[in-house]
Amino acid sequence: MHEPNAYSRRIFIRQGVMLASFAASLPHFLQESAVGMLAADGASVGNRPGVPDERILVVVQLSGGNDGLNCLVPYGDREYHAARPNLALGEPGKPKNGGAALELDAALGLGLHPNLTGLKELHDSGNLCVVPGVGYPNPNRSHFASMDIWQTGRPDGKGTGWLGRYVDAACNGNPQADMAVAVGRTAPPALMGATAKPVAFESPELFRWLGSDKGAMDAEYQRMVRAGALPGVEPGSQESFLMRTALDAQVTSDRIRAAVRKQPLVSYPGSALAKQLQTVAAMIRDGMKTRVYYVSMGGFDTHANQPNQHGNLMRQFGDAMLAFQKDLKAQGNDGRVVTMCFSEFGRRVKQNASNGTDHGTAGPVFLVGPRVQAGIRGKHPSLTDLDGGDLKFVTDFRGVYQELLGKWMRAPTEKVLGGKYAAPALLA
Amino acid sequence: MQSDATTVVLHPMRAPPADLRPLPAAQFDVAAARHLLARAGFGGTHAQAEALARMGLDAAVDLLVKYGTQPAKPISPDDFDRTLVPLLTQEERQQLQRARRDRDEEAVERLERKENQSRANDRRQLGDIKKWWLARMIESARPLEEKMTLFWHGHFATGARTVEDSWAMFQQNNLFRAHATGSFATLVLGVIRDPGMLKYLDNDDSRKGRPNENLARELLELFILGEGSGYTEADIKEGARALTGYTFRDEDFVFRQENHDGGPKTIFGKRGNWNGDDFARMAMEKPACSEFICGKLYRFFVNDAPESDLPADQRSARRAAVRDLAALMRNQQYEMAPVLGRLFRSAHFYDPSNRGALIKSPVQLVVQTVRQLGTPVRNLGSLSAACDLMGQDLFQPPNVKGWDGGRSWINTSTLFVRQNLAIYLLTGRRPDMYDWENDAERFDAAGLAGGARDPQETVDRLLQLALAVPARPERRRELTEFAATRSDPSDRALSTLALITALPEYQLT
Repeated sequence: MHEPNAYSRRIFIRQGVMLASFAASLPHFLQESAVGMLAADGASVGNRPGVPDERILVVVQLSGGNDGLNCLVPYGDREYHAARPNLALGEPGKPKNGGAALELDAALGLGLHPNLTGLKELHDSGNLCVVPGVGYPNPNRSHFASMDIWQTGRPDGKGTGWLGRYVDAACNGNPQADMAVAVGRTAPPALMGATAKPVAFESPELFRWLGSDKGAMDAEYQRMVRAGALPGVEPGSQESFLMRTALDAQVTSDRIRAAVRKQPLVSYPGSALAKQLQTVAAMIRDGMKTRVYYVSMGGFDTHANQPNQHGNLMRQFGDAMLAFQKDLKAQGNDGRVVTMCFSEFGRRVKQNASNGTDHGTAGPVFLVGPRVQAGIRGKHPSLTDLDGGDLKFVTDFRGVYQELLGKWMRAPTEKVLGGKYAAPALLA
Repeated sequence: MQSDATTVVLHPMRAPPADLRPLPAAQFDVAAARHLLARAGFGGTHAQAEALARMGLDAAVDLLVKYGTQPAKPISPDDFDRTLVPLLTQEERQQLQRARRDRDEEAVERLERKENQSRANDRRQLGDIKKWWLARMIESARPLEEKMTLFWHGHFATGARTVEDSWAMFQQNNLFRAHATGSFATLVLGVIRDPGMLKYLDNDDSRKGRPNENLARELLELFILGEGSGYTEADIKEGARALTGYTFRDEDFVFRQENHDGGPKTIFGKRGNWNGDDFARMAMEKPACSEFICGKLYRFFVNDAPESDLPADQRSARRAAVRDLAALMRNQQYEMAPVLGRLFRSAHFYDPSNRGALIKSPVQLVVQTVRQLGTPVRNLGSLSAACDLMGQDLFQPPNVKGWDGGRSWINTSTLFVRQNLAIYLLTGRRPDMYDWENDAERFDAAGLAGGARDPQETVDRLLQLALAVPARPERRRELTEFAATRSDPSDRALSTLALITALPEYQLT
């Protein structure tokens, strides 16, 4: 599906003939990348869409408030066991309440939930960076409000998304249709920029016109949509905008559906998260020039009977992450990708009366990939110096974003984040 | 310049008149009537457009704007349950506190279960209210009433997720409907007494000594004047003091004198013991108010192409038209019906450059497809879910600014959902994995092509009905070739229509 010659052919035509009508029949993003490439011939443009050494950021959102203390387990802390008589997991080798933590750092007394064998394997191979106690001042304990804060990267949770602003900045106001792709029912606000709009689809098979699968009707549809902006349609008009977006959509849809048709190089578990990550891996393998992928997994709001529910989630999460990383490695793409996993908040230190935990504050963030600073980065929050029963954050989440944007994506972080934040070095 | 479905404008458009002089009566043809129906409402059938055209411009505009003559769908406070919120009675809340203190786990669990049950009931009711409103938009004999209700909902944006009280959202919706084309000033005074708004912008928490500025700020910035239009931070601070004590209890507005800051305040340079009503009135006295509201009405009803993409002469014509509307709004003491009436009579409104110049909102797309093509309604819950997927979850605008509208509705993802929604309405066939309900009712589209003798005629009639812009010759030719391959008239009409609704041009109205 990837046609390396397509760009150059189109550029040739643009340079040589400069037919306005031809430009109109190009999808927006092909035209924009053609313009970008043209500029690159004269000036030096660092970002060359489509060039394989482009770095990629994958975001995994754990929705509902992942219980950080039973995910990154401070098994060595007496307070942990005191606050959670029915939930606290045992130290490595000594199961308690259904399991023993997997060792991460014996000196710190920190381990992983017993079902996070996937993350443990990533840790042991130097592919896992753990940032404990990530949060922000004046924590909001509403799912929606806190998620808005994480997604916008702003304390008031208002405005454009942090990754949308990144795409805006990276594209200089000429966003390309598939710079950011979300696998999910709706596009997350994190990817919404002032001009950047992400591609979002729940399943590749739905990301297309469903009027007819084949035959004359489909052929007719394809003909009309692929025509782009017709001759005589005024550039800049509503019609022109729509015709070109429809062509964008069709070309992106073709591309994505072709990408996912190939068998993956490794086998994936059956969870929804694994399916989403499998789709992402397929798009990366196919050489799409998407820089940001976004997936999510729900169910973390464990107010009652937490152990089983949270245990299942941990199993699905860790196994999906491991399969994804193995796939990227088999493709030879693992060095191009960093994956960040976060949740809108952690949960109360103390368990509640229903064998669950209530909404809390700071929680761990995981970064995955061979280019991360492996190990535990930053201190674990105190379990005694609390703020109304909740952890005080150690690392501001915007510091994590700053590392990812600045060191990984090489973007102007202050412009995107509106300030500078302290954070441990997270990338090698 | 007249346009019908088969002419194509191949040269740049001339600018529309730079004022609101009326359209010459003779130019109010069926296409113009169709334009009026789509904009002042949610579109109508060919027969309805013909009937309006026969009435003539004045009578047609009156029919839509002075809708008091048309039957109203009754609304009763009993339509929905007012008592779902608060989720627990005061007594139960005290019990819960006591049970938590005494570690009475059984009681805690029982009360929390009840609270969760009530919350689930309230969310279910919100879903029912969404369906109820969509049904009104689809069925109403007063389409402008519903359309303006939608306009005010987007303007005084209030999010149900924050309010967490479906009845308050229902009540607010009825406030917008009651004042849909009435006095803007009266509406604003209603809005600062509306429990949903007071909750959404935290005014229930605002009291003397610690005023919350949220409502005062948005009144100036988003509801009355527009960002940066002749007010200062100090005006907001003083306005917030004026609004203290405006709160609600049990779904009704109350003014709490004891929480109100009755001291002197300086607002827009005038000193007095102003209250919230004074603050709103003083803001509305500024000319920026009518300019701001009319600019927004213009983008909602006339043309929402970005100004930067317009040729200079069209841009200045647009500004002149907005100025005229604003002057009229002031002359009419902020009554909106005369403003809309003048707009819908103007040659400017019917100018070719303003036909098909709006991108349908998701709600407009859904309702107009049903009302104009006459498809079955299918499943209201599915239609409401589809609006959400397309970016317009009713009662849940993205933030207090409301929906941005225009081109922001469209991206590669929403465009496919838009096309597939049309397929769903036409066929009842739910795309796999969309969370919609299949529907077996068959839609006979042959009637829409009423007596067309050949494929060309079928295509022309359907294009004329469904598209707001003149069909391009390429489209006409290709669709005709396609239609010729289908012999059964019903199949021919339906499959052609499915293709027309998939055209990018179908998103325009």
